[in-house]
Amino acid sequence: MAPEQIEIQLIACIVSAACAVPGVFLILRRMAMMSDAVSHAILPGIVVAFFLTKTLHSPWLLIGAAAAGLVTVVLVELLFSTRLVKEDAAIGLVFPVLFSIGVVLIARFAGDIHLDTDAVLSGELAFAPFDRMLLFGVDIGPKSLVMMSAILLVNIAFIALFYKELKISTFDVGLAATLGFFPAVLHYGLMSLISITAVGAFDAVGSILVVALMIAPPAAAYLITDRLSWMLLLSVLIGVVSAVCGYWVAHWMDASISGCIASTAGVVFFATVLFAKHNGLISVWTRNRRLRWSYAEKMLAIHLRQHEGQPEEGRENREQHLTEHLGWSSDFASRVVRHARDDGFVTAVDGRLFLSEAGRALASEAITDE
Amino acid sequence: MQSRDLAIDVRDLTVAYREKPVLWDIDLSVESGKLMAIVGPNGAGKTTLIKAILGLVKRAAGEVLIYGKPYVRQRNRVAYVPQRGSVDWDFPTNVLDVATMGSYGRLGWIRRPGSAERAIAMDALRKVGMDEYADRQISQLSGGQQQRVFLARALVQDAQVYFMDEPFQGVDAVTERAIIALLRQLKDAGRTVIVVHHDLQTVPEYFDSVLLLNIRRIAVGPVSEVFTEDNLRLTYGGRVGFVQSAVRSAADAK
Amino acid sequence: MIEQLFSDYTVRTIALGSGILGIVSGALGSFAVLRQQSLLGDAISHAALPGIVIAYLLTGSKAPLVLMLGAAVAGGAASAAVIAIARSTRVKFDTALGIALSVFFGFGLVLLTALQKRPDATQAGLSNFLFGQASALVEKDVLTMGVLGMAALLIVLLAWKEFKISTFDPEFGRAMGFPVGGIEFVLTSLFVVAIVIGLQTVGVVLMSAMLIGPAAAARQWTNRLAGMVSLAAIFGAVSGVAGAVWSATGQSLPTGPLIVLSMGVLTVVSFLLAPARGLVWRSLRDWRNGRQLRLEAVLIDLYTLASQHERVDHPHAQAVLDLMANPIRGTSRSLTALAERGLARQIGPNLWALTAAGVARAQTLVQERFGGIGNHGA
Repeated sequence: MAPEQIEIQLIACIVSAACAVPGVFLILRRMAMMSDAVSHAILPGIVVAFFLTKTLHSPWLLIGAAAAGLVTVVLVELLFSTRLVKEDAAIGLVFPVLFSIGVVLIARFAGDIHLDTDAVLSGELAFAPFDRMLLFGVDIGPKSLVMMSAILLVNIAFIALFYKELKISTFDVGLAATLGFFPAVLHYGLMSLISITAVGAFDAVGSILVVALMIAPPAAAYLITDRLSWMLLLSVLIGVVSAVCGYWVAHWMDASISGCIASTAGVVFFATVLFAKHNGLISVWTRNRRLRWSYAEKMLAIHLRQHEGQPEEGRENREQHLTEHLGWSSDFASRVVRHARDDGFVTAVDGRLFLSEAGRALASEAITDE
Repeated sequence: MQSRDLAIDVRDLTVAYREKPVLWDIDLSVESGKLMAIVGPNGAGKTTLIKAILGLVKRAAGEVLIYGKPYVRQRNRVAYVPQRGSVDWDFPTNVLDVATMGSYGRLGWIRRPGSAERAIAMDALRKVGMDEYADRQISQLSGGQQQRVFLARALVQDAQVYFMDEPFQGVDAVTERAIIALLRQLKDAGRTVIVVHHDLQTVPEYFDSVLLLNIRRIAVGPVSEVFTEDNLRLTYGGRVGFVQSAVRSAADAK
Repeated sequence: MIEQLFSDYTVRTIALGSGILGIVSGALGSFAVLRQQSLLGDAISHAALPGIVIAYLLTGSKAPLVLMLGAAVAGGAASAAVIAIARSTRVKFDTALGIALSVFFGFGLVLLTALQKRPDATQAGLSNFLFGQASALVEKDVLTMGVLGMAALLIVLLAWKEFKISTFDPEFGRAMGFPVGGIEFVLTSLFVVAIVIGLQTVGVVLMSAMLIGPAAAARQWTNRLAGMVSLAAIFGAVSGVAGAVWSATGQSLPTGPLIVLSMGVLTVVSFLLAPARGLVWRSLRDWRNGRQLRLEAVLIDLYTLASQHERVDHPHAQAVLDLMANPIRGTSRSLTALAERGLARQIGPNLWALTAAGVARAQTLVQERFGGIGNHGA
């Protein structure tokens, strides 16, 4: 591997981790789309900062962009608090307007500078290693690598420090407020992280990958685990794996690295939707099927138990009769009986059905459960 | 009136949402060690009263003292059990962790709960009969079990004053018995418990005092004195049949 | 400027296209906003990218209808995925939206960049279609937009009752025997059509605003669905034409963002000034209500104090009233206002009493507010 390749993968991994960490709280707070809004709305912030500093290489650009991200959050909340529109509509109104302001400002006053709106969306990770960071004249690595590492550290530090507070204010805002944890302060703290992360990352990978990395890995982790701490760790892991795999897919296809990473993250998410151990669709389906059979077996046991030893037993306790009494199709009835026989609840003699000891126990258990 | 002995002292509390007063000029003094129900029709402001006392909704006017001091200085002496529906039960956490959250207030900022806090939480879960479920993900609990976890969390807070918002709402018989036992224990330990309650029938059986609320304070005092047909009629307006049956069963309970 | 609009062929084409886009997205956006699916449009528009590229790869054609068809299929697939994931897993709707949006777009980017590496370079123009290049609109595009848009609006008119019931109360609709699932499918397909029509003019990022803005603005002026949908269509058309004309005024500003900004101005004006719901009127009303509430509080306090005495016009010290009603701001202003209305009068220095009219007013107030619950502070 060439050194650039290693550097690109390193940047991708760090960006993934930096996005995944605050992303976990974003999706738990049902504010996933805020990442989309913030990552687009930073454009006017960059432009204004550019007008003020006249350069594209100034830390003020980052600060301006992060401020624009926070302005988005504030505007959305302000609009929502008027109750004139719902929250999703507020998000969908604010960021396109801010983005438009950014585009118009560029077209009107800065047509000659390199601020392509397509590039804002897609980014180009392949060029990231060529923009070096010099410290006292010494090359300490690609600029995005240094910057994103710093942002990652800030994110981890914030969440490690305020883990308990974030957890409680995400799970139960009311309790957090009564305990004096100022949920609003934490909220803006988290939103500042989202803004800074989006700003730092979009330059290298584009705003769409920021959205993908903030939402998809945490969502996959959310399906896999029931522990918040694990969810954080798994999100980072899934993000990093998506980054590395995505890079190699892009290398092989000679296509956009950002696009490949986003697609890989999507594939991983889709896989967890299907295969997650407890919350995955396949697991849910098989569970529902099993429940359906066991419910039917219980119904059968109760029915047989009711008529057991009664004069009508010979008529009622037959497979054919189940269709009438329990409203089952004859096909379903015979399948239930087969299941029940396999499970040892029922025996059949000359078409008549008899409960076994286990079947009787099942029936009385089912009745007392009701 | 000596405010030192008063667990809760609310004066002239008014909450308005736009043009509508939701709570109007409420005075409420609750002595330490009382087990009080807040009763009133839908929209009477029961939940709002609790939230206003806890500073969760803005007060238009009035003052709230907990043991003689403003709520912000007494946070650690107050526990709040919100309605079950107010949180996301899909949140990735387990039963023990939710109960442990009761210790967060005492820990303050940044400090993490340790094994001591978890032991307290485990103990509280035992008291509500949920210790076997400590590792269970919270979305896998029944409504009653969720309510008991919330109660355990409030126990961990080890407060002097407890506010509970409809703890009996939609719970099974086991949970209902567990809650009643718990309320009695808290009362016997000298704690003050305020419960928003909607089942008039059980008020005389479960509580020793009652606040009848319908935007205004209709009446407050011992159940035996205040929980009368006249007062209930004032509280619930025209729904006389409903009120009568409630009072009749209350009389039976006595 | 108006003259220019009618004489210049290019400007006329662009304005016409933008206007059509505004009408269609305004009308359909009303349903999206009411169904709280505002951001679904954002996901659909981003998801259009892979559809466009695949449509081109399959047909080799860049005809608007072909690209629109591809975009529609991909957008429809994305919205189906979002709805299915939100319904059948614990992943919430907003999260599913974000994933569909970014993953579909990312995949589209992969296809597009892979395509760009091909030597023939015939793909140029595909990204214009996506990022909004209103200036490239020609008569054929506008014709396509018009036909598709009118078809969508016609369906809205025909299925009006069905859309209304399944938007407002789907359970009720189902109970009455409407195939609500099918109706929702048609409605979502129409969102897709509206978005696909607009992509070429305003681009992926801004398209969702075209669905939301006019609808959110129209909602403030009317409380009826028919009014909202028609007004949203008008607002959309006005924003579209205004943006196109503004863009034509010579500073070579891009049309899409200007349409969105025009829409933004309309929306802000509606939020502030719409009768009844407008924020300006509302805060004025709140201020008046606050004053009225304080006034009534003092009146009732005075009445409560008085009813403890034999004579209802028994005077009371203002200090007591201050303590009861408003210890911080005092009650002087409220008392003066009451006196102006003949409801109270000043007996001596800081002593106030109710007049007969004041007693009557207080009694009706207590009656109205609390349904006859008279024993204040009992």
